[in-house]
Amino acid sequence: MHELAATQGLLQIALEAAARAGATRVLGIDVVIGELTSMVDDSVQFYFDALSGDTAAAGAHLHFRREPAVAVCGACGHQAPVRPPLSPSCSACGAHALTVSGGQAFYVDSIEVDHESPGSDAGTEGE
Amino acid sequence: MKVPVVTQVLKANDQVALENRAAFDAAGVYVVNIMASPGAGKTSLILQTTARLPAGVRPAVIEGDIASTIDSDQIAARGIPVVQINTGGNCHLDAPMIRTALPHLDLATVELLFIENVGNLICPANYRLGADLGLVVASVPEGHDKPYKYPGIFATADIVLLNKYDLAGAFEFDDAAFDRGVRLVNGKAPIVRVSCKTGEGLERWLELLLARVPRPALAGR
Repeated sequence: MHELAATQGLLQIALEAAARAGATRVLGIDVVIGELTSMVDDSVQFYFDALSGDTAAAGAHLHFRREPAVAVCGACGHQAPVRPPLSPSCSACGAHALTVSGGQAFYVDSIEVDHESPGSDAGTEGE
Repeated sequence: MKVPVVTQVLKANDQVALENRAAFDAAGVYVVNIMASPGAGKTSLILQTTARLPAGVRPAVIEGDIASTIDSDQIAARGIPVVQINTGGNCHLDAPMIRTALPHLDLATVELLFIENVGNLICPANYRLGADLGLVVASVPEGHDKPYKYPGIFATADIVLLNKYDLAGAFEFDDAAFDRGVRLVNGKAPIVRVSCKTGEGLERWLELLLARVPRPALAGR
């Protein structure tokens, strides 16, 4: 459910960035989502398709990159990417001495855009 | 053509949260964002805490609920200023909702504002409101595994309260496992065991809270 409000923000960011770049269409959006944010890719894509319908980003593909949360063991130093539900013990030595960091990212990294010359048929005046 | 963007998806919310924070700071109001599951005891905690505040720390409450005024009616019955936000199905409060509520509060007569978020351990973690303190309330019947399943919200906590601690024996609550779970993602937040029913632990919570409320607010103005 929380993906709806977040996806509205995502769409707005992509459209604004496209307008700044003078682009007419957004073909793709690279989104980074931390493993601890509870944001679900499919849900974001679902809301995006519904929201972007009559915008320059209609039909854009969302490419999700998951930012891992990393557990570091205070006993043996072992590091491993983790996701909820978290384990209380180190996967290498079993000690209960883990510290988890990262996994909180949620940002639009880049967009893939297309420039069409206004007033011309697409493709005929491409550079 | 690829265009770099690197913009936080919740930037618009975060911007409004900063504006809320500036409004609170200007009025000398300290703000606590209370996040918890449904039924963890958020409203009970507000009632128990406000009943114990020293003179000169005047409370107010913003109540977030999917629907209903059940919680805000209880608070209003104590004579505490309260604004109800019904999110109409939305699973969290966001900064613009708080901004909308502000004109309904006389901040000049308030030192301590509690925002009771919608009962949910997922979404409220992502939406800043402009609060000074993020308070996560867990409760014994929910089980000691909650920090492992919902690490995101425990990572954001400035203080963690474990409510209904009078029931710990009956629920065979594993204290060490709970604390370890919180410490996985949060090395700093004090963990305080309380019972809003028996009152145990509330003094310690009040002590931690009031130590954080800045002096100008405590001076009563």
